[in-house]
Amino acid sequence: MDLSTRYLGLTLAHPLMTGASPMVDRLDLVRQLEDAGASAITMHSLFEEQIAMEQRATVHHMESHAESFAEALSFFPDPSDYNLGPDEYLEQIRRIKAAVDLPVIGSLNGATGRGWVDYARMMEQAGADAIELNVYYLATDLDETGLTIEERVVAISRSVKDAVGVPVAVKLSPFFSSIANIAKRLDEARMDGLVLFNRFYQPDIDVEALEVAPRLRLSDPSELLLRVRWLAILSGRVKASLACSGGVHSGLDAVKAVMAGASGVQLVSTLLHHGPGQLRKTREEMVRWMEDHEYESVQQMLGSMSLLRCPDPAAFERANYTRILQTWRV
Amino acid sequence: MSRHWITVDGNEATASVAHRSNEVIAIYPITPSSNMGEFADEWSAKGQKNVWGVVPEVTEMQSEAGAIGAVHGALQAGALSTTFTASQGLLLMIPSLYKIAGELTSFCMHVAARTVATHALSIFGDHSDVMAVRQTGAALLAAGSVQEAHDFALIGQAATLRSRVPLIHFFDGFRTSHEVAKIAELSDDDIRFLLTDDLVAAHRKRALTPDSPVVRGTAQNPDAFFQAREACNGFYTACPGIVQETMNAFAQRTGRQYRLFDYYGAPDAEHVIVIMGSGGETAVETVDWMNAHGARVGVLRVRLYRPFSASDFVAALPATVRGISVLDRTKEPGAIGEPLYQDVVTTLAEARAEGRSPFAADPVVVGGRYGLSSKEFTPAMIKGVYDDLRQASPRRHFTIGIMDDVTHLSLDYDTQLDIEPDEVKRAVFFGLGADGTVGANKNSIKIIGEETDNFAQGYFVYDSKKSGAITISHLRFGPRPIHSAYLVKRANFVGCHQFMFLEKYDVLEYAAPGAVFLLNSPFGPDRVWDELPREVQQHIVEKQLKFYVIDAYDVARATGMGGRINTIMQTCFFAISGVLPREEAIGHIKHAIEKTYGKRGAEVVQKNFAAVDETIAHLYEVPVPGQVTSTRLMPPIVSDRAPDFVKRVTALMMVNKGDLLPVSAFPIDGTWPTGTARWEKRNIALEIPEWDEKICIQCNKCAMVCPHAAIRVKVYPAEGLVGAPDAFKAMDFKGNEFKGSKYTVQVAPEDCTGCRLCVEVCPAKDKSNPRHKSLDMVPQAPLRDQERVNFAFFLDLPEADRAAVKLDVKGTQFLQPLFEYSGACSGCGETPYIKLMTQLFGDRLLIANATGCSSIYGGNLPTTPYTVNPDGRGPAWANSLFEDNAEFGLGFRLSVDAHHQLARTLVKSMGSALDGGLVEAILDANQRTEADILAQRERVAALKQALARLNTPDAARLALVADYLVKKSVWIVGGDGWAYDIGYGGLDHVMSMGRDVNILVLDTEVYSNTGGQQSKATPMGAAAKFAMAGKAQNKKDLALMAMAYGSVYVANVAFGAKDAHTVKAFLEAEAYPGPSVIIAYSHCIAHGYDMAYGLDQQKIAVETGYWPLFRYDPTADARQEPRLKLDSAAPKGDIGKFMRNETRFRLVEQQNPERFRALLDQAQQNVRRRFALYEELARGTTPAEAVKK
Repeated sequence: MDLSTRYLGLTLAHPLMTGASPMVDRLDLVRQLEDAGASAITMHSLFEEQIAMEQRATVHHMESHAESFAEALSFFPDPSDYNLGPDEYLEQIRRIKAAVDLPVIGSLNGATGRGWVDYARMMEQAGADAIELNVYYLATDLDETGLTIEERVVAISRSVKDAVGVPVAVKLSPFFSSIANIAKRLDEARMDGLVLFNRFYQPDIDVEALEVAPRLRLSDPSELLLRVRWLAILSGRVKASLACSGGVHSGLDAVKAVMAGASGVQLVSTLLHHGPGQLRKTREEMVRWMEDHEYESVQQMLGSMSLLRCPDPAAFERANYTRILQTWRV
Repeated sequence: MSRHWITVDGNEATASVAHRSNEVIAIYPITPSSNMGEFADEWSAKGQKNVWGVVPEVTEMQSEAGAIGAVHGALQAGALSTTFTASQGLLLMIPSLYKIAGELTSFCMHVAARTVATHALSIFGDHSDVMAVRQTGAALLAAGSVQEAHDFALIGQAATLRSRVPLIHFFDGFRTSHEVAKIAELSDDDIRFLLTDDLVAAHRKRALTPDSPVVRGTAQNPDAFFQAREACNGFYTACPGIVQETMNAFAQRTGRQYRLFDYYGAPDAEHVIVIMGSGGETAVETVDWMNAHGARVGVLRVRLYRPFSASDFVAALPATVRGISVLDRTKEPGAIGEPLYQDVVTTLAEARAEGRSPFAADPVVVGGRYGLSSKEFTPAMIKGVYDDLRQASPRRHFTIGIMDDVTHLSLDYDTQLDIEPDEVKRAVFFGLGADGTVGANKNSIKIIGEETDNFAQGYFVYDSKKSGAITISHLRFGPRPIHSAYLVKRANFVGCHQFMFLEKYDVLEYAAPGAVFLLNSPFGPDRVWDELPREVQQHIVEKQLKFYVIDAYDVARATGMGGRINTIMQTCFFAISGVLPREEAIGHIKHAIEKTYGKRGAEVVQKNFAAVDETIAHLYEVPVPGQVTSTRLMPPIVSDRAPDFVKRVTALMMVNKGDLLPVSAFPIDGTWPTGTARWEKRNIALEIPEWDEKICIQCNKCAMVCPHAAIRVKVYPAEGLVGAPDAFKAMDFKGNEFKGSKYTVQVAPEDCTGCRLCVEVCPAKDKSNPRHKSLDMVPQAPLRDQERVNFAFFLDLPEADRAAVKLDVKGTQFLQPLFEYSGACSGCGETPYIKLMTQLFGDRLLIANATGCSSIYGGNLPTTPYTVNPDGRGPAWANSLFEDNAEFGLGFRLSVDAHHQLARTLVKSMGSALDGGLVEAILDANQRTEADILAQRERVAALKQALARLNTPDAARLALVADYLVKKSVWIVGGDGWAYDIGYGGLDHVMSMGRDVNILVLDTEVYSNTGGQQSKATPMGAAAKFAMAGKAQNKKDLALMAMAYGSVYVANVAFGAKDAHTVKAFLEAEAYPGPSVIIAYSHCIAHGYDMAYGLDQQKIAVETGYWPLFRYDPTADARQEPRLKLDSAAPKGDIGKFMRNETRFRLVEQQNPERFRALLDQAQQNVRRRFALYEELARGTTPAEAVKK
């Protein structure tokens, strides 16, 4: 069985890799992921805004009470060496590269034009094999148009692509008015890959305390369907390789993602839930299914159920409920 | 030889040499010497080596006694060792200093000389501490300037190695220790030049070593001790000569020649001042000026005070001298004169007696005191001293610099005399601590000192309050070294960085005619003139000032600088002062920004750059009209209703005019009235809480958490509202206990510091708009007048009946706080506990307060926050020392018990003369509740009335102590530095004694008052001074140690996490008839986060198990319950959640993430282990059951 796949121009042993997650902070977990057969490791995002805030906060809290009172001109020691926000992240890329023999994909959420480019370069220099751009941005400004946002996403992506030599992927959110169009424009901007889709902290409401409570919910398989649809719609129509992120919890889920067109399948929630060993199990399930159904390779399966190749493309193009109602009518 | 110039303060100048010339440094922080130890620690932590290529070991000990003990040991074992201290710290070292000297040990230590506490503590400078060690056998070497402090640190170390006489190098606390000046730096080669290998080798050879064993520290008997004590004499005889030789060698190397007694002035002077320390600098300047104006005067600066070389002293004086005025910066009550005076008199008398006197006629010698506690010492005063000395009969004993209208010792002088030369440019800046003014000025001095040929000097005057603190910076620049060791009086440039200061302080008093005045103003150049008080306009017009404004806060906001206007105001200063070409200055500012912030990332650098770039465009010159137009005067300092003492004395001190008060204005013994803080309306909050009564649920948590008692609640009869101001808010009270009453939450608008804790804790949200709560922060200015009137009305409403109040969180807040408007930091985590203590027990409370934050905000003048209730009762408060507080408080208890016992004895013995029922009721009184206590008060009142009618000696004796028949509550209060470190020995002993004292440990887990040095309460993983890389040891479990006695009530509380638990613990602790300890979690600015979130952080501390809540009650045996009761749940979640919220922990992660993770893991394990142990104790067999078994 040939499970190999090409994602972002990298040849991977199989499509199953880790998506952006906190697991990369622990080298022992990263080693376990390698042992479980992950084909690549995606770092969690480096947030430029967080780095800037951290720098501002440190200075603010160290200085705001300094030089005010005769007995205490300062309240903190002042080290000469600070390990700044990106330093630890970049060091972790280096550590992972040294610890495991796997491609490592850096993930970046920038805040400024300069930040996107500089941090992407730093990741490349630290040894990242590819960069995944986490361009998600919550558009709350009533005066900001979708077009403005799309143009910014494309411009950022292009500037990073121009700045680094390693492949660049863009992780999209499902909240573009025209996902197909933004995918095309990113494709034209020479992106090496598109990751579908980002998942976010969703705020919840605490009705007792009347507070908004940010909540991180792990994905479940129901989220896969949204990905499958858009993978299928884009597969074969853009040059960029596609990855599925979100909702893959079993070997069968992975098969669906590949059939829809994903050459890379990112796992996070299931690994956080069951541990790194779940990756092996998922791969084995996928292999078993492929064997049972006499597939010879991933390539054979890749995009087989895309919009271009599936027997009933209209099923992807229509809104689902219409189809179901029609079925009932029969 | 070309010199490297540096711009440093006296502490850094000293530490720089001490660190490079020692191997073992043991310290304990004490103002104003703390920075020396901190510098040494920081340099060692960063791997900086001494001149022998080794990184010195720097150790923080538990007290100064501990530090000198460690130093003594290190010296004995052959290391070069030093320490830094001041004041009480030096006094704690005295026993060891005797030993070190008796053993002829080479040792040079450094003292930032500070006032020893007497009638009051003072952190400021004089020689009372060093004079208290002059008898120990240590040599005393006095430096008078930053350069000299740097130089003498080396001369002292070299001289002690040569002479074997230990040497204390000292300089004036604050005036020199904190003055920033441009000095020539000593290189490592300079240090090695004086500290030759043979000197070090000789010291090493005297080390205790088993390879060549000796014993030291024998006990000697009458047959031997005396002779053996005299055996060292030769070393003392030789010492002055050795010091002079060392000074000569130093001069050979550096070109700076010092002498044991440095004479300066006319070679044929007739009148000479003898002086030590920084005053000598000012005297030199004054001598020059006077001699240039026809006088023939001189000054003799004493460098080596001990051993006092009489022959060198006499030789240093011109033979023409007819009058000598000896100035001492210390006071020895009861002595014939102060020490230096007596030494001079004796020296001259001996010289005369031995026929060695070189003087044509015996000079008249007089002695005076000056400059106690950093009192200003100016050329005008010095001239006043000379003027008096030139009289036919000069005053034999005098003071200078104050007005003594009681014993009339003070000399008059011309307060207007100003001798500063035009070539020196002077600038004064008024800023807030929080706005970064001082930091910016230090930076400006550095730029001018190091980037130009000019000399520069900076001195900074700080506030006595920790919130809304004002700073005044005094800067001088000039082509020659600056000797002016006094504040600038007439400045060429005055910067006022806060508009509101113009309403309170006479800022432009400092402006010289034609000076530049820079104002940070929310009003632009077109409007600002009309917004100025009349007095300010008068200064501007009369002195023809050039007036500039900038809205620095606007620029700061626009450039992302928040409330930091330092860079902006600094840029303005350089732009209009003409000290440097504008572009060049901006380049230097940016370079400094890069240097300061570059290591912490580009973000802050960029923001500062943007601020610099935006500044010039927003700086405007204001056209000054030819005449004063404002009719608005500066408001009165205090209300007309203030007591006379507050008006006469306190008010002047509030506006920095305390220097004008005469001796007669002051209490004779340090006894001050309480309740004066209420008269100082500071108006420091930009925003204050506003109460929406429509949604209030009357939980009273706002009042509970307020650190300044600036938001209060009252329940009162409806008729109380008669005559209420229109805007006064009230609602029906919701509880059953005061049915039909009204309820009000009221803010003290001018006392609130704007910390937001009350708003954060408020649980009452508007259901349709939860962003709006019953308390919201709103701008203060529009509400100020209205709420001032409301608050005054509120205060006059009756207090709740103490006997009727339920003592839970809600009820306690109806009890009047007797601790209000202290100078504590905005959002302080300690003061809510103190306030609660005064609410519960204030009318019968004695407080012994250890030195530290709580003694400073509790008793730092001008105002006093402890106050009284309408009956005139309130906390009686005293601070003795840092180290003796537990014992001090125990003394209260012993005395109160003695009075109580005497009263009972007299009541019993006088039984027949008194009403039998009353006697019985008094003796049998059960004073458990407020009602019981009230009843006893009434009985005692009746008793006192009865006694007044009896004209017997016993009745008179009983009347004096009758009030002690009412239960008194003794509380011993202090921080973790006291309880865990310096005062632990006493605390432990007091806990062991079984007496009824209550100990409140305000645990901020670090030395907060002296600026963030680690204590044994500092948790693992936190960065603190002396633990820069993060403390690797666990926090001491003081609670467990206290529990080990089995007879001590112990509670661990955190009011922000569980206020009801805190209240319960205070009540139980007070009720427990033996010693009680409450360890109170106190969030603190030294933790490094916004104090508005202090309560949230306390909750996380408890949830994660970082700070478990519990009570250990020895009386539980009687109830068949385990003594330990855990009041918080098992640790939940990651302790990292707690730690990562605070800069003290994040600093460790930012330095070394791996180390942080390791410490975090360890800390997590410790939390679990500790909780498991407590669980075990809490579930275990009760001791009573165990005993039965």
